[in-house]
Amino acid sequence: MSIHNSTINFNHIIMNTNLYQYILGIADNSLILGQRLGELCGHGPTLETDIACTNISLDLFGQVRSYYQYAAKVAGDGRTEDDIAMLRKERDYVNVLLVEQPNTNFAYTMARQFLFDVYHLLLLQDLQKSKDLTLSAIATKSIKEVSYHQRFSSDWIKRLGDGTPESNQKTQEAIDSLWTYTDELFHQTEADKAMVAEGIGVDVTALKTNYYTKVNAVLEAATLKIPESKYFQKGGKEGIHTEHLGYLLSELQYMQRTYPNMEW
Amino acid sequence: MILKSHLELSRIQFQVWFIFNLIHKFMATKNWPLWEIFVRSKNGLEHRHFGSLHAADAEMALENARDVYTRRNEGVSIWVVESINITASNPDHNGELFEPAQDKVYRHPTFYDLPDDVKHM
Repeated sequence: MSIHNSTINFNHIIMNTNLYQYILGIADNSLILGQRLGELCGHGPTLETDIACTNISLDLFGQVRSYYQYAAKVAGDGRTEDDIAMLRKERDYVNVLLVEQPNTNFAYTMARQFLFDVYHLLLLQDLQKSKDLTLSAIATKSIKEVSYHQRFSSDWIKRLGDGTPESNQKTQEAIDSLWTYTDELFHQTEADKAMVAEGIGVDVTALKTNYYTKVNAVLEAATLKIPESKYFQKGGKEGIHTEHLGYLLSELQYMQRTYPNMEW
Repeated sequence: MILKSHLELSRIQFQVWFIFNLIHKFMATKNWPLWEIFVRSKNGLEHRHFGSLHAADAEMALENARDVYTRRNEGVSIWVVESINITASNPDHNGELFEPAQDKVYRHPTFYDLPDDVKHM
């Protein structure tokens, strides 16, 4: 084998590893948030909101399957979508810290959803323009669902913020405590940078201004205060998580770990 | 003595009033109003009653209807109306409302042949 050939192969492998990591960076957010919302099944504050939250969860899982099927294809080593979803260790999940935060109360659930949905929609709108046709197709398919998620969670933030003094106070508390996880959405990993350079990935740093403009507009309409804290948490994208993810994963992975390769 | 029983009476009255109000308030805030949901499954068809759900206002009723009734491409249009706005007939009056039509066959348009191309009649 000539040196020239082996260089090409080597570049090809790096490119695939980056693409694989890039896909996980998008998909893991939806998987973990979907699992969080799924926890509310049968525990929502009313029957209607219970169904709404689990529906959003199912939307996200649907998107996750498309991403993981593609990631399995890119990996090309016999891994399946289920292996990727269920059999990684905590440090191998690269979701942002925001989505793993617990359903402390309904205000927290909606604040987390709202802070993620605004970002998610902006990301997908740009991902549609990706040179990678599979990713752009998944984005196009997901956008209708995510537009609805954003409308749903924004409406709830306005209702709760502009509701009773108690709902206002609880929602303010949720926004204040989750605010610290918002900046991480706009951090770039090495895989992100490589994929942006290839015209495949979305430059998340460019979404930041637009994101805070949209979020602040809803918070103002909800008569909530825009948090002023400049201290932000990060780490999820590099696999360093808050203590909440371990518990979530042990529930998510329980069946596959206990009965390997089980199907239904 | 009269004064005392009077006081006692108004105290009981107040308690009853207070508890009644509490229950009323509790029930009012505990449950959102009920809404009836109508969905048009296809253009050209009428809106059909799909069921009912709770929501704080019309906007929320539409969103909840999306999640409860139209998740599987069932519709092209949704109407919501608060159940309290529906006036229902009294079942006791069923005789006068419905029976007179039964012995007058000419009131039923069954003597016409409809072409197959006319759908949804």
